[in-house]
Amino acid sequence: MIPAKFEYMKVSSVGEAVDLLEKHGFDAKILSGGHSLLPAMKLRLNRPEVLIDITGISGMDSITEQGDEIVIGANCTHSQLLRSELVQKQVNILAQAADTVGDVQVRNKGTIGGSLAHADPSADYPAVVLACDAVIVAEGKNGSREIAATDFFEGIFTTTLNDDEIITAIRFPKIAKGNYQKFYQSASRFAVVGVAVVRDGDSVKVGVTGVSDTPYRATAVEEAYAGNGDAAEHAVDDIEVMSDHFADVEYRSHLAKVMVKRALEA
Amino acid sequence: MGNYVGKPVKRREDARFLKGAGTYTDDIKLRKMTQSAFVRSPYAHAKILNIDTSEAKKAEGVVAVFTAQDGCGEFGVPCGWQVDFKNGETMREPKHPLLAKDKIRHVGEAVAIVIAESLELARDAAELVSVDYEELPAVTDPKKAMDKDAPLVHDDWKDNAAFDWCIGNDRAEVEAALEKAHHVTEMEFRNQRLAPNAMEPRSYIADYDVNGDKWTLYTSTQNPHLIRLLMCAFALGIPEQKVRVVSKDVGGGFGSKVYHYTEECLVTWASKEIGRPVKWTSDRSEAFLTDAQGRDHVVKSKMGFDKDGKIVAHLTDEYCAMGAYLSTFAPAIPTYLHGTLFQGVYTTPLIHLNVTAPFTHTVPVDAYRGAGRPEATYLLERIVSKGAREMGIDPTEIRFKNFIPPFDGVEQEGYQTQVALQYDSGNYEGVLKKGLEMLGYEDFRKEQSEARKNGKLIGVGFSTYIEGCGIAPSAVVGALGARAGLYEVGQVRVQPTGKVSVFTGSHSHGQGHETVFAQFVADKLGIPMDDIEIEHGDTDQVAFGMGTYGSRSLSVGGSAIMKSIDKILEKGAKIAAHKLEAAEEDLDYAEGKWTVKGTDKSVSFGDVSLTAYVPHDYPEGLEPGLDFSSFYDPANFTYPFGTHIAVVEVDADTGRVMLNRFIAVDDVGNIMNPMIVDGQIHGGVAQGVGQALLEEVVYDEGGQMITGSYMDYAMPRADDLPMIETANTVTPCPHNPLGVKGAGEAGTIGSTPAVVNAVVDALAHLGVTDIQMPLKPQTVWKAMQN
Ligand SMILES: Cc1cc2nc3c(=O)[nH]c(=O)nc-3n(C[C@H](O)[C@H](O)[C@H](O)COP(=O)(O)OP(=O)(O)OC[C@H]3O[C@@H](n4cnc5c(N)ncnc54)[C@H](O)[C@@H]3O)c2cc1C
Repeated sequence: MIPAKFEYMKVSSVGEAVDLLEKHGFDAKILSGGHSLLPAMKLRLNRPEVLIDITGISGMDSITEQGDEIVIGANCTHSQLLRSELVQKQVNILAQAADTVGDVQVRNKGTIGGSLAHADPSADYPAVVLACDAVIVAEGKNGSREIAATDFFEGIFTTTLNDDEIITAIRFPKIAKGNYQKFYQSASRFAVVGVAVVRDGDSVKVGVTGVSDTPYRATAVEEAYAGNGDAAEHAVDDIEVMSDHFADVEYRSHLAKVMVKRALEA
Repeated sequence: MGNYVGKPVKRREDARFLKGAGTYTDDIKLRKMTQSAFVRSPYAHAKILNIDTSEAKKAEGVVAVFTAQDGCGEFGVPCGWQVDFKNGETMREPKHPLLAKDKIRHVGEAVAIVIAESLELARDAAELVSVDYEELPAVTDPKKAMDKDAPLVHDDWKDNAAFDWCIGNDRAEVEAALEKAHHVTEMEFRNQRLAPNAMEPRSYIADYDVNGDKWTLYTSTQNPHLIRLLMCAFALGIPEQKVRVVSKDVGGGFGSKVYHYTEECLVTWASKEIGRPVKWTSDRSEAFLTDAQGRDHVVKSKMGFDKDGKIVAHLTDEYCAMGAYLSTFAPAIPTYLHGTLFQGVYTTPLIHLNVTAPFTHTVPVDAYRGAGRPEATYLLERIVSKGAREMGIDPTEIRFKNFIPPFDGVEQEGYQTQVALQYDSGNYEGVLKKGLEMLGYEDFRKEQSEARKNGKLIGVGFSTYIEGCGIAPSAVVGALGARAGLYEVGQVRVQPTGKVSVFTGSHSHGQGHETVFAQFVADKLGIPMDDIEIEHGDTDQVAFGMGTYGSRSLSVGGSAIMKSIDKILEKGAKIAAHKLEAAEEDLDYAEGKWTVKGTDKSVSFGDVSLTAYVPHDYPEGLEPGLDFSSFYDPANFTYPFGTHIAVVEVDADTGRVMLNRFIAVDDVGNIMNPMIVDGQIHGGVAQGVGQALLEEVVYDEGGQMITGSYMDYAMPRADDLPMIETANTVTPCPHNPLGVKGAGEAGTIGSTPAVVNAVVDALAHLGVTDIQMPLKPQTVWKAMQN
């Protein structure tokens, strides 16, 4: 439980962080809450030579209302999200999900930016950003760009972020009605299955995490729902379902349907 | 009753624990101390082709790197219990080397130790040791280990058996009775392997002092004297009187810190080699891979009943894993701590248990909280409940039908079982009756049938257990293969001021001895608790000791102290008589003073103590001083018992089990401190529920542990448990002076089958008859689908 040697730098601006990322390339890692990165480093599964701590960048932990959107700084911790009145009122589903993340210590340190960048296939937020059609704001050497949540996740622990980019904020549309259902894994308490359902008039948007190595929008569910079909039955249509000793393919597929049903009925 | 015994006195040790001010081994930092790291095998079974330490030796801050090619290669740690084969063949006892030399036998087995100026440097250098392995096929399942073509763990023998063993009545007789039985219930299951998970990982510091040619070993162990004996006499061959073993604050053990481990022996050896203190502290990953684990039985069982539901015979065959080597007490666990409890609380007239104990390519298995008794209780309480259901008898009724009738062990004789032991005293129906009252059984059954109509799955499960604690006497356990005695030592040293130091060979690693022992000593001497200090965990302070495990501290260790107090009072009376110019027979001792009967002439304990050390005006011929030591070797085990009741709800969609109520009625004999007994029961129940619902060590086909961290090994958490409803009945132990039986393991032993019985009860109408532990949501859901 002792990481390999590394150098630690704390930056005070996004520009500084991007410069360092460019300079050190693969040897560098961004550090925010450290609750995914540090455990991996302690097991020496990950051994960056340089850690760039971005938690000191001012303004990156703010939650603001900007027109029709709620803009959440990437450094906001899980605790901040679940306690924020703005989030509770305007993107309640995000507060619901934040409340299920880990334990108090994890929620007090871990950040939404870190969670999204890490792209753990069992993390909670991916389902929510997908269902909300949130936008991830990233900044790199070529400036700032916006990535639609549906274009963000690429696979297990991989995203479409460039190596020199950091997530600075996540933009959420205001969500009137949404529900997050999580079936947690008994040991880690990560999601075996997490389902986020956002309602928009008569249609729904459904984000699913934990089921496949990449979180996904359950479009088959959304279509069936629109057509008044048995929507939940389509939770894993065309999806390659993961398997482990807590949930094999059959059981995980079943759970996905149950959680979709519960989120739709909530 | 005095001022303290029987009261929920707050724990004196908690002030330092709660403030983070305890002194655990890893907190100790010595001058010139080095740190160490182990190079461990990533394979379960492999040949070691080559170990190259040259790069590591050159690395920054490295003091030394040792492999089995160095002097330590000749040493191994011993096993403390011998169980020979049924046919007389001696137990197969492979050398358990401090470092693997030619062959690896489980993932995590150490091949080298790297000693450096800091922990960071030791870890860095350990990565530079390069080992060439040739991977071999492995076997981790105890039953498969006995297959004809199973890979051999030790090449010296033709198969993997370490020994086999049986107990009870003649097998043929039991089989014949089963043939004739009105009904036979059968079960096949695995009592899964568990990781002990003490909060404080193992930690050792060995400090060799060149000047005196002496060693001090600081170790997080449950029995410092035994470690010293095993290490000096049987492992390293160093003079015992030159070794001091210190084990002060220890953060939990649950059995896993009873044993003498290779790491502890190796740092002791290495400290002399380099002439500096060497520390090693396990990290959590190493703890999963190297702390001796628990359970791991593959069980096949039959129980026969007559038409009224009376048990007529019980036959069980088991494969019980030993792991790669024989850990200190490993052979005793599935045998003398397991088979001897197959009578349970029932009058079963014919019992036979057959055990095959194979080596497997896994970390060794040894005692884990309950040690053999949870496995026995799980089997008995599941199969009795299963039989009841098959025969259409209520699970409580079948128990009442079969209970051994109450006996106190004084007026009525102890109960002679079919499996060697004689129970001391018991009232098994009493605890079940009390539990049923607390539950409100009839109301529950009504609620259950209502709930079923609404698709809600709720169930209740019962477990009426017995267990054996304070295993003894020494002569008997010696005959059964123990290579140690199982007495305890208690020394009471009255200081000249009348303050008292008590030295106990028992060890506290969370139990609260500093409080409970002081309570009864204070009452017996009639002095304030504040005048009493309890010392343990240092071989230089305490004459000898057998340590703490098997819920033995109060019944064995406490009794030894009681014996010494008797000697103190006897000698004190002589001094008091002299001072009061009265005859000893005319004195009464109460409330800390000797009084001449019928007068107000008295002398206090403090005055007598001072006189003993300043013996100016003193009885002729009497030695000065007031300090006695006693060895107490019990006449028998003690037998706590109880009823545990679980009420569960199963989520019909997902299979997740919610434990809604848990009732524990335990009879642990006399109760010194009800708060501490409750605490022991709570913790034990949490671990028992952990086995029922959550915990399991899983190895894959190649012998990799796939549950080697808390990401995959599910521990019970506060929100997995309801408020535990506890109650007690009191049936004193007739054969020890405190009348106590032991409470350390009861919670773990009683709870597991109650939970599983409850889940099966909740799902019975769906045709579910058995579910394999742990009752993971997936497992329960699948059982419901069939
Ligand atoms: C015991 C435990 C339980 C947990 N349970 C859950 C759970 O139930 N559900 C859940 O979803 N998660 C859970 N987590 C993970 C937790 O939410 C992490 O905090 C989160 O995944 C990562 O956020 P972080 O701020 O800690 O990131 P870090 O660990 O600091 O970083 C994670 C990765 O993201 C990169 N990174 C960080 N910030 C940025 C950024 N702004 N831009 C680009 N890259 C960045 C880092 O370089 C690193 O590769 C748990 C963690 C622990 C330790």
